[in-house]
Parts: sequence; structure tokens; C-alpha cells
Amino acid sequence: MISQFFVLSQRGDNIVFRDYRGEVQKGSAEIFFRKVKFWKEDGDGDAPPIFNVDGVNYFHVKVAGLLFVATTRVNVSPSLVLELLQRIARVIKDYLGVLNEDSLRKNFVLVYELLDEVIDFGYVETTSTEVLKSYVFNEPIVVDVARLPSLGPAGIFMQGTKRMPGTAVTKSVVANEPGGRKREEIFVDIIEKISVTFSSSGYILTSEIDGTIQMKSYLTGNPEIRLALNDDLSIGRGGRSIYDYGSSYGSGAVILDDCNFHESVHLDSFEDDRTLTLVPPDGEFPVMNYRMTQEFKPPFRINTLIEEAGPLKAEVILKVRAEFSSSITANTILVQMPLPTYTTRVSFELEPGAVGNTTDFKEANKRLEWGLKKIVGGSEHTLRAKLTFSQESHGNIVKESGPVSMTFTIPMYNASRLQVKYLQIAKKAKNDNLYRWVRYVTQANSYVARL
Amino acid sequence: MAPPAQSQRSPSPSQPSGKGEVSDLKSQLRQLAGSRAPGIDDSKRELFKKVISYMTVGIDVSSLFGEMVMCSATSDIVLKKMCYLYVGNYAKVNPDLALLTINFLQRDCKDEDPMIRGLALRSLCSLRVANLVEYLVGPLGSGLKDNNNYVRTVAVMGVLKLYHISASTCVDADFPAMLKHSMLNDSDAQVVANCLSALQEIWSSEASSSEEASREREALLSKPVVYYFLNRIKEFSEWAQCLVLELVGKYVPSETSEIFDIMNLLEDRLQHANGAVVLATIKVFLQLTLSMTDVHQQVYERIKAPLLTLVSSGSPEQSYAVLSHLHLLVMRAPFIFSSDYKHFYCQYNEPSYVKKLKLEMLTAVANESNTYEIVTELCEYAANVDIPIARESIRAVGKIALQQYDVNAIVDRLLQFLEMEKDYVTAEALVLVKDLLRKYPQWSQDCIAVVGNISSKNIQEPKAKAALIWMLGEYSQDMHDAPYILESLIENWEDEHSAEVRLHLLTAVMKCFFKRPPETQKALGAALAAGLADFHQDVHDRALFYYRLLQYNVSVAQRVVDPPKQAVSVFADTQSSEIKDRIFDEFNSLSVVYQKPSYMFTDKEHRGPFEFSDELGHLSIGAESTGTVVPAQRVEANDKDLLLSVSEKEESGGPSNNASAYSAPSYDGSSVSAAASSQMLSELAISSVTGHASQSSLAIDDLLGLGLPVAPAPAPSPPLLKLNSKAVLDPGTFQQKWRQLPISLSQVYFSTMT
Repeated sequence: MISQFFVLSQRGDNIVFRDYRGEVQKGSAEIFFRKVKFWKEDGDGDAPPIFNVDGVNYFHVKVAGLLFVATTRVNVSPSLVLELLQRIARVIKDYLGVLNEDSLRKNFVLVYELLDEVIDFGYVETTSTEVLKSYVFNEPIVVDVARLPSLGPAGIFMQGTKRMPGTAVTKSVVANEPGGRKREEIFVDIIEKISVTFSSSGYILTSEIDGTIQMKSYLTGNPEIRLALNDDLSIGRGGRSIYDYGSSYGSGAVILDDCNFHESVHLDSFEDDRTLTLVPPDGEFPVMNYRMTQEFKPPFRINTLIEEAGPLKAEVILKVRAEFSSSITANTILVQMPLPTYTTRVSFELEPGAVGNTTDFKEANKRLEWGLKKIVGGSEHTLRAKLTFSQESHGNIVKESGPVSMTFTIPMYNASRLQVKYLQIAKKAKNDNLYRWVRYVTQANSYVARL
Repeated sequence: MAPPAQSQRSPSPSQPSGKGEVSDLKSQLRQLAGSRAPGIDDSKRELFKKVISYMTVGIDVSSLFGEMVMCSATSDIVLKKMCYLYVGNYAKVNPDLALLTINFLQRDCKDEDPMIRGLALRSLCSLRVANLVEYLVGPLGSGLKDNNNYVRTVAVMGVLKLYHISASTCVDADFPAMLKHSMLNDSDAQVVANCLSALQEIWSSEASSSEEASREREALLSKPVVYYFLNRIKEFSEWAQCLVLELVGKYVPSETSEIFDIMNLLEDRLQHANGAVVLATIKVFLQLTLSMTDVHQQVYERIKAPLLTLVSSGSPEQSYAVLSHLHLLVMRAPFIFSSDYKHFYCQYNEPSYVKKLKLEMLTAVANESNTYEIVTELCEYAANVDIPIARESIRAVGKIALQQYDVNAIVDRLLQFLEMEKDYVTAEALVLVKDLLRKYPQWSQDCIAVVGNISSKNIQEPKAKAALIWMLGEYSQDMHDAPYILESLIENWEDEHSAEVRLHLLTAVMKCFFKRPPETQKALGAALAAGLADFHQDVHDRALFYYRLLQYNVSVAQRVVDPPKQAVSVFADTQSSEIKDRIFDEFNSLSVVYQKPSYMFTDKEHRGPFEFSDELGHLSIGAESTGTVVPAQRVEANDKDLLLSVSEKEESGGPSNNASAYSAPSYDGSSVSAAASSQMLSELAISSVTGHASQSSLAIDDLLGLGLPVAPAPAPSPPLLKLNSKAVLDPGTFQQKWRQLPISLSQVYFSTMT
């Protein structure tokens, strides 16, 4: 049970404010925002998602640069409130197509309408986009998508790749398209976040894939859908310690440590033929979340060489090698490395003919940043950085520099080899204008090479 | 930068606060109020939107109340909704004007569109004006009986709202009884869920003054009610499922087989994508198995994977909430998680509140087989650019060293920290070396050699400085320079801002004096003089005390200040086990996140709708000891009693007097002895006779048959109260299934259960 719900902009302005129970004072939004702000300034890092000030519990999640906040005086389940906040954000996104400050400000009356039905007197009534449709009467005012930066992992499908319709993921579930008729389509995105830690000798210390099969349906009439996954998929590592890799590597079988499912999913035939059956509700939702620690081939290898060049100078050589097929291209790659605090100047040297590279030395936190627009599979890229120090390093450069970390996005690639073999839509009448999109994307979560 | 006083919002261009705008709106609204021109609704919508947006940013638009109400005569539902929102916000401060709205709201409550009926009823109950409650009773009464489920869900919450405005009006109108009837009979699951929420709140707050309410509240936990909810669980939304699971978590089964039935039924809830459902299910499992050592441990094994999946899916905020619970379980039973330590490694981009939890878990799960790897990992973090985390990591290494008997390798690492030449690393390491020496004096030779090389000038942090000074005093005969270092520190007495450091300095120089008097005498004199002149009371007192002690007798002084010490075997835990147990009892609540029991951060009225009084908790546990459930085995003091300490402790208190009221051994037809349940039975019977209970589940019909033999038996004796959903396994098989789960600890003692 919550008492208030509000959404704050990055500057702390109320965009939406709803008081359900009148148990918490009106100034709570200011109290909350100041607390969050000063938490960081006091050097304690980010404010935790849950904290208590004078008997009031504040919960918040950050979505699209906005703070979604709930307050209560009651000792509630923290997961329930945080899930709820996240879900409210998703429902709003389903309705508005795009969730950001601008779209929220333009549509705040619609949002109030939603909030009235989602929560009554602090208790959750429904968060189903489907159910809410019959209670909500405002038409969304669609904001101009073209100028907006993409949001969320699925956002990458908006740019680039021609195979996909650009407006898909930003389409409201209720607004009709200019043509009048709605396009019958369904999106299934397999989004994987990978975490790898390499030791200084290049050996993989830990690796994990956190994946999600996300669905967004614009089909009318709620037809049943069958989603077939790999035949050789198995779940649970049979009681072995999950880091006991064994000989599964390369043998082809995909072994998930564990997974969970959306409540609309029926698992009746899952045991037999790895098929998920569901009637997808409107809006975006995760069909299945999974976790895998089975060994996999990391998409990038990182090599770092540090050479001292005199008492006040050193050279860092960073090599990044893409170990995936040349038909695949990774984008928005960023390589970062913290340098010794006494580094004063860095000069960079790229390979001859390198395009789309940016290099920077962030003075404030003494960090080297190397950005690459694209990396084609199979290629290798090198950066040389010459460092100048303000004091002698005493041969401690390696100890004083941080691990090299990397972020990237690789469309149409998935590290786990989990596949959607087919997507079957059961429909009485044959409809030729049915669009099915199955898309894969892999992103770095924590991709780190130690020195 | 936030201005220091934000209560007075400074006007910004985008947020006009002037009275001008408000009075503008006022006149525009007036113009529109009477108009019937076509397209008028669109203009009204624009104006209403403006009013609501001012309201949102905190501008007081209450002066428009009259005009808003005048404009509300419309059939446009969007306009209606905006008007309702406005009215709900300001009725409380405008009680007189609120009366104006009653009329149109009451009319809308009778509209033929159920949507309008529901909306109007919700707004009517949201006015929060005490002297208008009389107008609520009628519409609420018909709302509860409305044939549309939307109106009924709204009406149920409306009853709760009425209760908060005027409890007596609500109770006098007999609404709680009506809710109870709906809860047990309504075909719509959301209506049922709302009834449960409302009744929990109402009865919990009535319970202190009314015995009947307190009985009703207990009856919610009776077998028929709990089974009724369990049997319908799949009908509920995920949020309502959480509510039901919370209820089930408080239920005390009378037979072992029930426990397995319930767990079987709920098993698939552990695969739910909503973390709140999973955690609520886990709470049920943990609570149900408290008295069954081996099954309880199997539950830990079973919930590991779902918890880890939740931690790694979802937003960082959601995973934090789950991780806090995992943290609690790891701290309670580290041995079960010792092979999963790699999951607690920190990722470089995680927020520090997550890293801190993970570091504590890593510390807890360290054992002989994984210590080397864990400590290696922690040492990586110690060199991290994130300084607070680097510090925590070093502390973690130290804690692991203090837990283990084989500290050889760890001491080496710690000493390497001292050589890293980063201020904060050295500082943390010094504090640790000091603690280590207190526990393992045998390492003094190695440590002293390294510590001796550290220049006290490079140490700034008081804690570290104090640690270094303590070592100088304690090991002054082994540290060649000790008297001279102390002397130079005393020379800078005036510049030493920390009283803690000065206190340590006094003690250290005393100890040094006893061991090496000729070299230290001068320094001691200077220290005592400085101490006596110190403005800090404690420092002054200690100096005076030492001075008089030395005056009295030097060897007595030595016995007091520097007695032979025994090594510390275990450092005191910061949290008592009683507090830890309370937090565990409050699993799936904020207590776990804050690591404090709820009484430390909430006032009594807000402990939650389902916070039962202590006596009730005691009572329910007393029921266990009557012997129908396998009595908790009293195990030797090993890791396992960590898991069980709650039940054991409470049980050793003996069954309470009230226990008998709740100790119905089984629910066979003749002996439904629990007063609470039988009352619930009669209620059910009545409802059934009046013909409303067509939808009631099998379970209730059963009960009817056995509880009140006078009532006409509806079915030819069906089986006893049972969970009707797919109970896939019988208890035996189920337990077999649990047993197949891997147990990480081989030396665990297994008691056989029958």
C-alpha cells in the first residue's frame, strides 16, 4: 500500500503528483529530491532506491531520465512497490509510445487518468494495459519521435537496420495511425546483457548472460501465439555448482541456469517440445527472463600493454579484437580505462585510416575514453596513448590504473545461442498483412579486462 | 543547486505562481459555465488541463472551486474525470463548497453507464470531509451490490475510505460484514482482493477496542479462509496474489501434510517474472517449514536460483530489493551459499549500495575452500577507483581473516596493502592489522616489521592513526623506534584534532614507558602535561588518572594499564540474534532493506495492515507445540540452529494459555474446536442459505456440511477441506523431490521425519 505517487523531472519539478491517502505531508517531493541530490554530493554514491526520512519511506526508480517515486508510512514489501513503479512507467510508455519528460508533460491528463485506475486508496487495482484500455478516454498526444534519442535496449532497432520498421517500438497501443487502420504486427526481441571479467592474463574469470524475451503485440483480437525455442534447450544445471563448467562448451546444447515467465505464458508443452504458448496482452512485456553461466565465446578480446617511457612518461596500447562473424557489426562501442591520478596529459595515436573513432582524456576523473562507431566482425583496432605524469610513477602504473571496461551493442547477435525457431499466430481468418519481427541484440553489462 | 528553503517555491517562467493567472482562469471558467455552444467541451478541456497542471506544480487553485463545480455539468467523460480529480484534491480544504459537489456526484452514482457510476462513487468517497459522510452510506450500499464488477471494486475501496473518514459511520452501517460476505462470495477476484485489503485494515485498527474485530481478524487466518484464497489464487492479478501470499505466510497448518500441499500448490509461483510474487511465495515457504530442519534447508536450496535470476533481470532498483533479501538469507545460512560466491562478485558499473551488500555476502560465505579466490577478488577491488568501495573491500578482507583459522595468506595480502602507498588503503589496512593482532598475537613479528616502515606523517585518518599508535604502545619492545615516534607525535599534540588519537597516545606512551622507561620518560612527562592541559574532558581525565596512578605505584599502574592480554576469540557481533530473528520474521518487508525490525522505523499505527500483535504470534507458535506438527528437533549448536532459532526460542517459552483456543489438531468433521473458525463457519452457512453462495468453492460447501449439521448438506459428503488445484504430488513424493535437491554441506545432520 502506498500513500503518494509522483514523477519528478531531472531538475526536481513535479510532472505528475497524486496523493492517494493523505498520510504523508505535501512537501514530500521536495524532501525526497533534496535527499537524493545531497546523497551524491556527500560522496556516498547514488541514493539507494529505498530510504526513510522521518518515518516516511521513499521508493524510486529511474526511467528515461525521470524519477518515479512512491511514498508510504507502512512497512510494505519493497519489491512490490519497486515492481509497481516500473510497471507504471511501462504502462505509460505503452500509451504514449515514447516515455520522456516532453511526452509526459504533454499527456499528464492521460497519465492522471491511468493513475486513477491503476491505484485506488494506495492499493494496486490493475497494471494491465489491456484492462486499462476500457477505462481511459484521453487520446495520447504523440510527440515527435525523430528528434528523440532512443530509449531502452530495444531502442536500437529504431536506427540503422533497414529491415525493421522505424516507428514500431514508439507506437502507442491506443493511438491510430494516420492511415486509419492499425497495422497487424508483433515484435519479439531477444535482448541479452552479457557480463565478462577477464583476468590480467586474458583468462575468463566470470561470465554471465542475462537475457529476456520481450514481446510487444499490436495484433487485434488477441490470437494465441506459439513460440518455439531451441530443441536442445535445458534448464537447471542438474544440481552441479553453476560454475562447474564441465564439457558443455561447444557441444551445442543451450543450458540455462534458471528462468521465469510472464503470467500469460502456458508451459504445458514446454517440457516436450520447448514451446511457449500465450495470448499476449497489449503492450510491452517480458515473456521470459533467463540467466546463463554456461561458458560462451566472448564477442570481444581486449589486450592492454603498458610501457614505461622514462620517469614521467608511459605508453598505453589498447587492442580490441572482434571475435564474431564478419556479417555482423557492433555499434556504439566505448572503451574506458582509469589512469593514475598523477596523469596530467594524454596524447592519442589511432591507426592510419581509422574512421568514426573518438578519443578523450577526462581530466576530472582521470579516465581515458575511446569511442568507436562501428566494429565489423573479425577486425582488430588499436589505440596508442602517450601519458605524461606530474610525479614519478615508481613502476606502479599498473597498480594505479583501473581495469579496462567496455560497452557495446551488437544487433542480430546473441551470445547464448538461444533462438526463437518459429513464431506461430493462431488466427481463424487468414490475414496476409501480418508482420512478425524476431530480433536479437546483445549488450555489454559489465565487460571488464583487468590489468 | 537546490535552494535551502524549498517550501516557498520560487516562481520560474514555466511555472507561473501569480494570482493573475488564477483569476484569469476564474473569469474564463465563468464564461464557459453557462454556455451551451458547440465545441464548448473542447475549450473546457483546455481550461481544466491548465487548472490541473497548476495544481500539479503546487500552485493553489482552490479558489476556483465554485467555478469548477459549475462547469462540471457535462456528459464529457474526460472533463468529468478532470473535475473529479480537482474536487478530490481540494474538497478537504473547502468543506463548505464540497457540499456543492455532492449533488452531481450522487446523481452520477445512479448513471446507467457503470463507468460513470464507478468514477462518481470513487470521487464521492475521496472527498475526505467528515460532515459529508452521511451522503456516502447510501451510494456505497448500492455500489457493493451493483451488478458491475468495476463499480463493486470501487465500492469496496470506498468503504475503506469511509472508515478512515469516520470509523463509526462505517461500522454502524455494517459495512465490514458486507465486505466479508463479498470476500467469500464475489465472483470477481479483484473485488475479493479489495475486500481482503479493506478488512485487514479495518479489523486491525478495530482490534484494539473491539473483541469481535480481533476475532474476525484472527479468523482471516483460519483454515477455511486461507484455503478459500489458495484455491482461487490463479484468478487473482499478480498484485492480489501478493496479498494472498502474505496472508498464507501467517497461517499455521495443523498437519505436516498441509505444509506439503500448500508448497506444492505454490511451487510454480517461484517462476513468476514479478519479483514481488516470488518473494511473497518464498516467505510462505520459509515460514511454513520453520519447524522442519531438513525441509527448511531444502527450501533455501530451492529458492536460490529464482532469487539469483531476479537479481540479474529487471532494473537495478528491483534487483537491489531482491538482493537485500538474498543478503538476509546468506547472513543466516552462509554455508548454503558458499559455492555460489561468484554471484556476489561486484560488477564495475553497479551502484555502491549494491556493491556494499555483495561485499558483506562475500565475507559471510568465505570458507576454507573458497577463501583464496574471494580474497583475490577483494584485493582487485581494493585498487579500485571507487574509493568507498575500495575501503569496504579491505575491511572485508580483514573480516575474513578474523573468521578463518588459516590466516597465513591473508596476512600477506594485508601487508601488501600497506605497501600500496594509497592513503586510504594504508589507513584501512592499519586498522585491520591492529584487529588481527588482537586476535592472532602470533603474527606480531611479521606485521610489526611492515608497520614499522610506515611513516606516521603519512597517516591522517584518526582511526588509522589510533591503530598505529596502539601498535606502537603494544609492541614497543619489538619496534625499535617506538619511543621516538611517540615522542614526535606528542610534540605535535596541539595539532592533533582527534580526541580518540590523543587518548590512544596517552595509553601508548604509558605502555611504552613500562617496557622501555629510560627512553620514554621524557615523552611520558610531556604527554601527561599536555593531557592535563587538554580541553577535552576525557583526555584530561585520563591524563589525570594515569598521573595519579603513577604517583601511587608504578607497578600497580602497569598492572592496570598494560596487563598481559588474552587474544580475542570472537569480536562481538553488532546485531543481536534476537533482532536478526525479528527481521527474518518480517521477511519481504522494508525491515530487510533497512536491516532493522519495523518497530525501529515505523510508528505503531503504520506497522502494516497485517502486523499482528505479539500475543497472536505467540499463540500461533504455541499451536505447533501441541504435537500435531513434528516438533522442532533440538540440534546441537551448529550452523543449523541459525535457521531455526526463532521457533526454538519461542517454543522454549512453553505453550501459552491462549494456545488451546487455536490448537485444533485436525479438521475432521466432529472436532472443529477453534472458536474463530467455527464462527467463520456459521457466517458461511448463513450466506449460503440465503442463496448468495452459488459461487463459493467446494471447500466452503464441505465446511458447511461438517460445521453445522442442521444446515442442509449440499453434496453427498465430498472429501474434507482440500486444496483443489493441481496438487501434483502427494506429500511423500513431494518431500522426496525436495530431498533430491543438492545440499551443499555434507556434514549436515539429517533427522528423519515421519
